Amino acid sequence: MPKAGSGPRLDGLGMPLWLVVELTYKCPLKCPWCSNPVDFDRYRNEITTDEWKALLREGRRLGSLQLGFTGGEPTLRKDLDELVAYADHLGYYTNLITSGVGLDQERIRSLKRAGLKQVQLSLQACDSELSEKLTGLDVWKHKIDIAYALKAEGFPMVLNVPISRYNIGQTEALIDLAADLGVEYLEFANLQYYNWALINRSELLPTREQLRCSEEAVARARKKLGTRLTIYFVVPDYFDDKPKACMNGWGAIHLTIAPDGTALPCQEARLIKDITFPNVREHGLDWIWHNSPAFMKFRGDDWMKEPCRSCSEKEKDFGGCRCQAFLLTGDASNTDPVCRKSPHRHLIDDIVSAAAERRKQGREEPLIMRERKASLPS
Amino acid sequence: MPLTFFATHPLIASLGRLEMTTEQRLSPGEVMEFHPSFHFRWEEPQQAYVLLYPEGIVKLNTTAAEILDVCVRGDRSIAEGSAILASRYEHPRIEAEILDFMELAYAKGWIRPKT
Repeated sequence: MPKAGSGPRLDGLGMPLWLVVELTYKCPLKCPWCSNPVDFDRYRNEITTDEWKALLREGRRLGSLQLGFTGGEPTLRKDLDELVAYADHLGYYTNLITSGVGLDQERIRSLKRAGLKQVQLSLQACDSELSEKLTGLDVWKHKIDIAYALKAEGFPMVLNVPISRYNIGQTEALIDLAADLGVEYLEFANLQYYNWALINRSELLPTREQLRCSEEAVARARKKLGTRLTIYFVVPDYFDDKPKACMNGWGAIHLTIAPDGTALPCQEARLIKDITFPNVREHGLDWIWHNSPAFMKFRGDDWMKEPCRSCSEKEKDFGGCRCQAFLLTGDASNTDPVCRKSPHRHLIDDIVSAAAERRKQGREEPLIMRERKASLPS
Repeated sequence: MPLTFFATHPLIASLGRLEMTTEQRLSPGEVMEFHPSFHFRWEEPQQAYVLLYPEGIVKLNTTAAEILDVCVRGDRSIAEGSAILASRYEHPRIEAEILDFMELAYAKGWIRPKT
């Protein structure tokens, strides 16, 4: 992983460099690790094209540079192409994060014409059978066709593979597939356990042995492929000793706008139930970013408790992830329990060993797929 | 989506998930161009030149930006660009430092030999 050094600081100078707009929570896929809220169907009051445009203007005024269009499945919004063109005109570097469902040759050309710069395409497996099991739909062939079509149109591409115990064994095959497709980047996004992934955690967690094999396959491929393909491996933090530097700190550079206009410091933050997040329909983005209590709450390090407060790493990892602290310890201002120094670390170790024990006993429960009427555990 | 902050060189700061680094050598006669995924431009709120690329930002200090501006955007060989900067700053030994920086930029995939 890259380390912080002593060059010029790119801390955003207090600007939301990274703006992520979730155009909709709607998505035809049913991935059981979806990062959208479990009650996604409650948020039907999507903000309009004109509201998005006003927000994009405000974002540029605040210094946003990178813009990610995501969802849900953002291509389901008919105004995506119009919003991409508008954002490009404002000077954003525009990225589309998509499952590929909702794209065809014509739409790809239209997005290219609109000025879209880059596409992150998700892929769940290297064969259609596993893909269908994990997404609930027969879409694999379509996704591969779309990957080729995007490359033919000249888009730089990230192939993003969410990794769980089901597909981690395909690491090598997925690398070969990515190399065949000619994408520039392959991202193994080991799942982070929030929302739907949290519900299915014990069924999705890989074993340590699986993880080791996967990391070895990545190391071999990096040697073999060199600059042809950049492989990015997101460390699954449950297996790490140190917490991730989540979002580069709360309210530091990252701003997400949810489909209903709620402004969030990260895409998962809404799960912290004791914070009221501001909405762009009620407040200006300037106030939201600089002054709203939600964005101030964990900005900087005044909020930290021990062991973070006196820790020499606090400027590198910012205490880890607030959402994870909330989910696992009940208090978002606690140290991320992934950290070895956290008094709650045993919670993580217990979860990992319990999942390993289930595998050993060959126990398997059906995945709870992301659906409106999913029967959720109470 | 975890993001990491890192600085990789005294002249730059970059922020992004996707970055490659390999050893690359260049000869001073080489003319380089920006990789099509990288956009080099002045950014008013940052008061700095930046490179924008898939899911990443590089902020350049004045020196780095000037090297890229003269040698790459100016469509010159590294040697020609170095000569201009050497006379601009009355610094005859500048070429080695510029070559060094251009190799870094090449290793990071920002620029590539023009064909």
